[in-house]
Amino acid sequence: MKKLASGKSKKSISRRGFIRGAGLTTAGTVVLNSGVLAFEHKESYPKGDLIAEGAVEIKMKVNGLSRTLSVEPRTTLADALRDQLDMTGTKIVCDRGSCSACTVYLDGKPINSCMTMALDVGQQEVTTIEGISSGEKLHPVQEAFIEHDATQCGYCTPGMVMSCVHLLKHNSNPTLDDVKHATRGNLCRCGTYPHVFKATLSAAEKMK
Amino acid sequence: MNKFSWYEAKSVEDAVKQVNNTVSEELYLPSGKAAIFKSGGIDVLDLVKEGLIQPKTIVNVRNIPGLNKISFDDNGLRIGANVTLAEIEGNEAVKTRYAALHEAVAHAATPQLRNMSTIAGNLAQRTRCWYFRSSDHPCFRKGGDKCFAKHSETGQNENHAILENDRCVSVYASSVATALLAYQGSVMITNGKMESRQVPLSEFFVAPDQDVSRENILEPNDLITEISVPAPDMNTKSYYSKQVQRASYDWSMADVAIVAQMNGDTCEKITITLGAAAPIPIRAYEAEKIVLNKKINEERATRAAKVAMENAKPLSKNSYKLPLFESIIKQGLLEIA
Ligand SMILES: Cc1cc2nc3c(=O)[nH]c(=O)nc-3n(C[C@H](O)[C@H](O)[C@H](O)COP(=O)(O)OP(=O)(O)OC[C@H]3O[C@@H](n4cnc5c(N)ncnc54)[C@H](O)[C@@H]3O)c2cc1C
Ligand code: FES
Ligand code: FES
Repeated sequence: MKKLASGKSKKSISRRGFIRGAGLTTAGTVVLNSGVLAFEHKESYPKGDLIAEGAVEIKMKVNGLSRTLSVEPRTTLADALRDQLDMTGTKIVCDRGSCSACTVYLDGKPINSCMTMALDVGQQEVTTIEGISSGEKLHPVQEAFIEHDATQCGYCTPGMVMSCVHLLKHNSNPTLDDVKHATRGNLCRCGTYPHVFKATLSAAEKMK
Repeated sequence: MNKFSWYEAKSVEDAVKQVNNTVSEELYLPSGKAAIFKSGGIDVLDLVKEGLIQPKTIVNVRNIPGLNKISFDDNGLRIGANVTLAEIEGNEAVKTRYAALHEAVAHAATPQLRNMSTIAGNLAQRTRCWYFRSSDHPCFRKGGDKCFAKHSETGQNENHAILENDRCVSVYASSVATALLAYQGSVMITNGKMESRQVPLSEFFVAPDQDVSRENILEPNDLITEISVPAPDMNTKSYYSKQVQRASYDWSMADVAIVAQMNGDTCEKITITLGAAAPIPIRAYEAEKIVLNKKINEERATRAAKVAMENAKPLSKNSYKLPLFESIIKQGLLEIA
């Protein structure tokens, strides 16, 4: 097998991953640009891979497990999680990056899974709301949300929890303003904000 | 969403040779076979989801080695095309030396989006005008024959331009651009022949009366590789403020950046830039002249702010922007004085 282009970032989809994927694929085809492979030693610059528009199998690290999914280049991470892995804790509300209901972490950083392509995940670790509790034991932030009545219809809740858990991971002693700042992107049409803020501050106290 | 293939570019040369169109050209005159760049993918995906563009291939430049570094030395700040807004926000040199840029980045979009948005994608994103973003409204920018926002009765133009608004009244989406323009930053671009050129931001944006089909000079094979910003002087002071409707996060209603070199209380060099005032980020040259080589005081700050809005032609629903800009400009000048 050809060596991977040097300097490859860990976010890219590895060629080895694709070939492995190609072996597994039944639904669609992975077009490995064979012309590219053949010419690579003559040309002086590293060339990439073309992934055709149909479905392709990829591996993704989700909540600590390696999962196999069939996605198209146009599949968003939110759709992949919900439709392929039946992980419906991640909600899709606006589908445009404006409400943060779909927040998951990529390598620990909160992002909008509705505006992230599944193929963009590469080797990064995905953490969803399902990965926040340990088994049946809820995270202190989740418990505080229940205690403080921080959820109404619940659509924004998984995203809110993801933002607040991320905050407490990096700031064990947050102020009200810190909580507001961390949840800036999370829209709640039911107006649970004051309860979300109280819950997060009380969870921070309990976690000390 | 239309189906597309995905090309995972491995180098700058690889990327520029794969692409055959800009997103803007595809919006104006769809080719049906476009291969376009994607970095963070937020704006590209937004336009694809809305059915406004139907690319055949997405050329992913997000993982090209070498485009994700940010560095600062005596020559200034260099931000690789793929550096995220969150990375700029967290950079020490930006925090300490480029206060206005830091403020602009920290107030752009949401924490989640800042983790995903790249600086190149941010500068090249298209306007957020809701008519432009709606497939039901064939406006000038999409090859149509009118500006829906301009209409005095039906136009929902509260967020639109008050200056240079004779044709299309949309405003530039990037609020980060307002700050970068004030620092007189420039964009490094490599084309399909692998020739590189450095373009000052003042020449990067394209106003509707020059060419309504685009908002920047990028040609189909032009890849932004880096943004550079000159090193500020020890006496440089800067200011940035963005006014929004919601306290949480929002697109700008009015944003102002000021970068000035002060000698005591005398202003020896100054740039004042306005975002969400015109279809592109602009400099308030006449306002700058009022304070240049002078002491900045209340009276001059007030006059400069007035002069900046002298040529404003508010639309039916956005005259509120005049006093808003005036007060931010005045406040900013007094703050750096
Ligand atoms: C809800 C919401 C709120 C937002 N609020 C703000 C705000 O307040 N202020 C602000 O400044 N921004 C804001 N944004 C914009 C956002 O932060 C992103 O910067 C922007 O959407 C695009 O960045 P991207 O990296 O995803 O670009 P992409 O979507 O990948 O690309 C955008 C454009 O740039 C082109 N492109 C990408 N990389 C290159 C390159 N290297 N060379 C040449 N062309 C390239 C693409 O072809 C495309 O046309 C907001 C976005 C959303 C969805
Ligand atoms: S569903 Fe993703 S941000 Fe709203
Ligand atoms: S609880 Fe209903 S949207 Fe937040």
